[in-house]
Amino acid sequence: MSLARPTRMRKDPAPQKPGKRSATSKKTTNKKKTRIGHRADLLESMMRIRRFEERCVELYSATKIRGFVHLYIGEEAVAVGVNEALTHEDAVVATYREHGHALARGITAEAVMAEMYGRTTGCSGGRGGSMHLFDASRRFYGGNAIVAGGLPLAAGLALADRMRGQDRVTCCFFGDGAFAEGEFHETANLAALWRLPLLLVCENNLYAMGTALERHEAQTDLAMRAASYGMVAWAVDGMDVEAVEQTARRAAEAVRAGAGPHFLELRTYRFRAHSMYDPDRYRDKAEVERWKDRDPINRLIDRMREDGDPVDETLAGIERRVAAEVDHAVEAAEQAPEEPVEHLLHHVTSTPSEVS
Amino acid sequence: MAEFTMPSLGADMDEGTLLEWLVGPGDLVHRGDPVAVVETAKSTIEVECFETGTMTELLVEPGTTVPVGTPLALIGVPAKKPEPPEGGEKPHTTREPRKARQPEGPGETERAAKRRAAPRTQRKGEPAKPPSPPPEPATVPVPVLTTVRQGVHTEAGPLVRHLAEQRGVDLETLHGSGPGGRVTRTDVEEAVAARPPRLRVTPLARRLAAETGVDLATVKGTGKDSAIRAADVRRAAHGPATEIPSAKIGTPTVRPSGERPSVDRGAAMRQAIAGLMSRANRDIPHYYLSTTVDMAAAMDWLHEHNRRSPVGERLLPAALLLKAAALAARDVPELNGSWTDDHFTAGEGVHLGVAVSLRGGGLVAPALHHADTLALPQLMTALKDLVTRARTGRLRGSEVSDATITVTNLGDQGVEAVFGVIYPPQVALVGFGRVVDRPCAVAGLLGVRPVVTSTLSADHRATDGAVGARYLTAVTRLLQNPEQL
Amino acid sequence: MGDGERPEAAKTTYREAMREALRDALRSDDRVFLMGEDVGRYGGCFGVSLGLLEEFGAERVRDTPLSESAFVGAGIGAALAGLRPVVEIMTVNFSLLALDQILNNAATLLHMSGGQLAVPLVIRMTTGAGRQLAAQHSHSLEGWYAHIPGIRVLAPATLEDARHMLAPALADPDPVLIFEHGSLYNVSGELLPASAPLDLDHAAIRRPGTDISLITYGGSLPKTLAAADELAAAGISAEVIDLRTLRPFDARTVAASVARTHRAAVVDEAWRTGSFAAEVSARIAEESFYELDAPVERVCSAEVPMPYARQLEEAALPQTADIVAAAHRAVD
Repeated sequence: MSLARPTRMRKDPAPQKPGKRSATSKKTTNKKKTRIGHRADLLESMMRIRRFEERCVELYSATKIRGFVHLYIGEEAVAVGVNEALTHEDAVVATYREHGHALARGITAEAVMAEMYGRTTGCSGGRGGSMHLFDASRRFYGGNAIVAGGLPLAAGLALADRMRGQDRVTCCFFGDGAFAEGEFHETANLAALWRLPLLLVCENNLYAMGTALERHEAQTDLAMRAASYGMVAWAVDGMDVEAVEQTARRAAEAVRAGAGPHFLELRTYRFRAHSMYDPDRYRDKAEVERWKDRDPINRLIDRMREDGDPVDETLAGIERRVAAEVDHAVEAAEQAPEEPVEHLLHHVTSTPSEVS
Repeated sequence: MAEFTMPSLGADMDEGTLLEWLVGPGDLVHRGDPVAVVETAKSTIEVECFETGTMTELLVEPGTTVPVGTPLALIGVPAKKPEPPEGGEKPHTTREPRKARQPEGPGETERAAKRRAAPRTQRKGEPAKPPSPPPEPATVPVPVLTTVRQGVHTEAGPLVRHLAEQRGVDLETLHGSGPGGRVTRTDVEEAVAARPPRLRVTPLARRLAAETGVDLATVKGTGKDSAIRAADVRRAAHGPATEIPSAKIGTPTVRPSGERPSVDRGAAMRQAIAGLMSRANRDIPHYYLSTTVDMAAAMDWLHEHNRRSPVGERLLPAALLLKAAALAARDVPELNGSWTDDHFTAGEGVHLGVAVSLRGGGLVAPALHHADTLALPQLMTALKDLVTRARTGRLRGSEVSDATITVTNLGDQGVEAVFGVIYPPQVALVGFGRVVDRPCAVAGLLGVRPVVTSTLSADHRATDGAVGARYLTAVTRLLQNPEQL
Repeated sequence: MGDGERPEAAKTTYREAMREALRDALRSDDRVFLMGEDVGRYGGCFGVSLGLLEEFGAERVRDTPLSESAFVGAGIGAALAGLRPVVEIMTVNFSLLALDQILNNAATLLHMSGGQLAVPLVIRMTTGAGRQLAAQHSHSLEGWYAHIPGIRVLAPATLEDARHMLAPALADPDPVLIFEHGSLYNVSGELLPASAPLDLDHAAIRRPGTDISLITYGGSLPKTLAAADELAAAGISAEVIDLRTLRPFDARTVAASVARTHRAAVVDEAWRTGSFAAEVSARIAEESFYELDAPVERVCSAEVPMPYARQLEEAALPQTADIVAAAHRAVD
């Protein structure tokens, strides 16, 4: 068993986009054109999430999707921006609000939609539902319905990398609510103590379900508190996808280089209620509108327009492609098979065992 | 509109007491559904109806005794049968009590055919005419039965009945202290307090008792709170009549004193049986045949089968004997049926009556329908179920009246051969004794084999000795090939 | 996992056998590592891992902070990533802090992911009472864990099982919980080299008998065997079954035994209500009803938090005399 050794610096931080995508990036040597192309990619990723989530609202209301559904609308910049910093070999642990993270990671809209329809073609075989999206091939470890439940898991994935001397990053997404859980503090301490290659990404959307941040945290500067565990911690504007990407890259590089765990506090906001069941009584409508003015998608579009990028044309293409993807996903899900009831007891243990 | 009438549940039954309605007006009923509980001198029976339709009107109150044939209820039947040409309007009001039943429409069962074969006549749709008097033998001791029953007959309201049922109290055993001899709640509760506790038997002991035919009521328990355990049953099975008196037919059960046993009811039953047996013996010229059957093959096969089978699927020797008796009856149909009106009517199917001794003393012989078609495990299950229901008084009417030939098996009582009295209107009674080891000649050498004595009591009006001999030969042959039973 | 280099000590203790098992595992598979509170420098709260830090180093024998949830979860994550962690939770009493990770992650990831993510994790815990450790340090909660689909629950009660259950547990692609009763660590005896790989699926008949089946596991085994001895002197032949695995438990061996003896008593140190003994009893009722010649007896702890005072603790726990009395109730 080899001990951890200092990892080499990555020379080429170009992100590998996981999953199949039609060639949208314009391959030019021109840096500006690369930037345009990259922005278009970011925009498309965010739009994909946005349109997918909007469709979920419809489908849930039509009772095609059941159970709990937690929408990511407004927070797209976080998943998309952070994902740019990760490689195909890195690991991602997310929460129950993970549709955006799954799609950004490259899990197809079809696989996610089918999962919510409970069909066998879903990324968890229909067994998980909205809150339990998994994809082992993309090192996407869920999808966890217990607040802060994924944090120790992420520490373990990072521990394995450290013990094997692999320069991979485990990126763990969680919310401000998780900051209150013991598991966060235990994990932060353990990660710092053992210098685990863990990127802790706290999506602070100012509410833990129905309880505002200042009502559940005595000290609301989360990055400062995380730093007190002995790790590098930054706060970032979570509504600016390029800022998110930049910061995430810096942090991931450092983690990969062996600098120990990093904490990012992404200040963001969800435009819709906690879940489809939530009447959202605890938020001031004016506050929501204020944050909608900072919609990350519009922000990026505005910036592209300011810089003279051909936004409208790009957007039209994006909308078309994304609409087709989502439509196809729904159609496919509608027709996908359901797992036969006779298979109920599958997947309890790895080998079919005679359970008592 | 169809009528549901007081059925005849035995050749000696003239009247019955409606104890309980199982359906109410407006309920949907199907042919074969039990709709009422009727009490006769011999037992309490759930009676089924033979129409499918809606129970429209209940005509008789529970507790009323009426002659056989009296309409008890009206069933609204969807009109699917054409009116008989000579009929006028359909009868729709209560008629004067008749000892008669209407014929079934197309597709009637053999059960109904038997009813028709019974000496009753009536035609649906005919204008009322005086019913022909039933050709009952004049010597049936009807007055005696009625007198006895009047003394014991219980009146009780539905709440009290419900309470009694819940507590497992037999209302027949009580003298009512209320007005007019009505049984009151207090009477029931006192009876509950006075009676001995329900038999406590371990599951294993119960199973062993069923397998070996031991009557648990006669076993002394040595477990906690006098619970009967396996060892107690085994002792009872292996040592007949030494310390534990076994219940033989006709012996009143011994109970601790201070008890209010079913003596009265037992007496009534004895009277009824006495009447029936006397009549049978008097009217039916019996002849008797007997043969000894080599049971080696059968017992070997049984032993093997049971060894390989889980407990729930094990068979008693009785199952083999009954199946052989049924198959032989199919082979010799002259012995399978009934003698009425000076002629023999073959039974439509072999419905094997099985003589069952009752705990309070007494005997019933309910039928295993189509016993010749039952596979041995099925027959075993049906037999157990029948015996249980016979002993708890929950037989169906069709079981009580439909037997086409009866078997009496006293093997578990240690008797080797039995020559019984035929149950009219049947024409034969088959008897089996105990399977015993006996010395006999086997291929010219002296050996010991398990054997059973099989007997036939037959009605000489219907058959003669040659037929009877054929039957017993068939039984013998069948028992040599147990795997084909 | 017999080792050719080091001959098995003929005389050994349960503790040493468990240590030897860990040593074997660490030596033969790079992916295996031990993680828990005080497993390294301290040598393990119960001395099981004494010497292992020195032999295998700090990467393979990791002392953790007092963060049950975090390090059990970390064990899960490491297992997902392909390592083979042995997580030691000091006692079952502290496992409650990690219950969420065990139930909602370890036991459930395979299912939630539709079969994609198996968790080959082994968690060892000390369990049981009897040393006046009072209410918060005396629990027997293996029955709670045996309630959960997706995990295997083991209770080694003999030297042989202590030595040889770890290897198949590590080879299991799914989570395995091993409960070691605190009173067993000092038990000493002869340990024969394993003749065949140990199977985890079957209960063991530790003593054959004909009159009653005494069914137990873990720390209650010695008392049950002692009870069988006493009963023999009184003319009652008791068959003693060591369940060894609580989930999935070997109902078939139990049923076969009851079919022979027609009586059963289940001995379990947990509180009686909702205990694992209740499960065994229910299974016997379901599967062996027609074999029973007496009600199934249960010998469990009294329904009281474990008291400190010696005589009270003794009275609360199932003792040999209680087992003997239960057998007499069933047989006499």
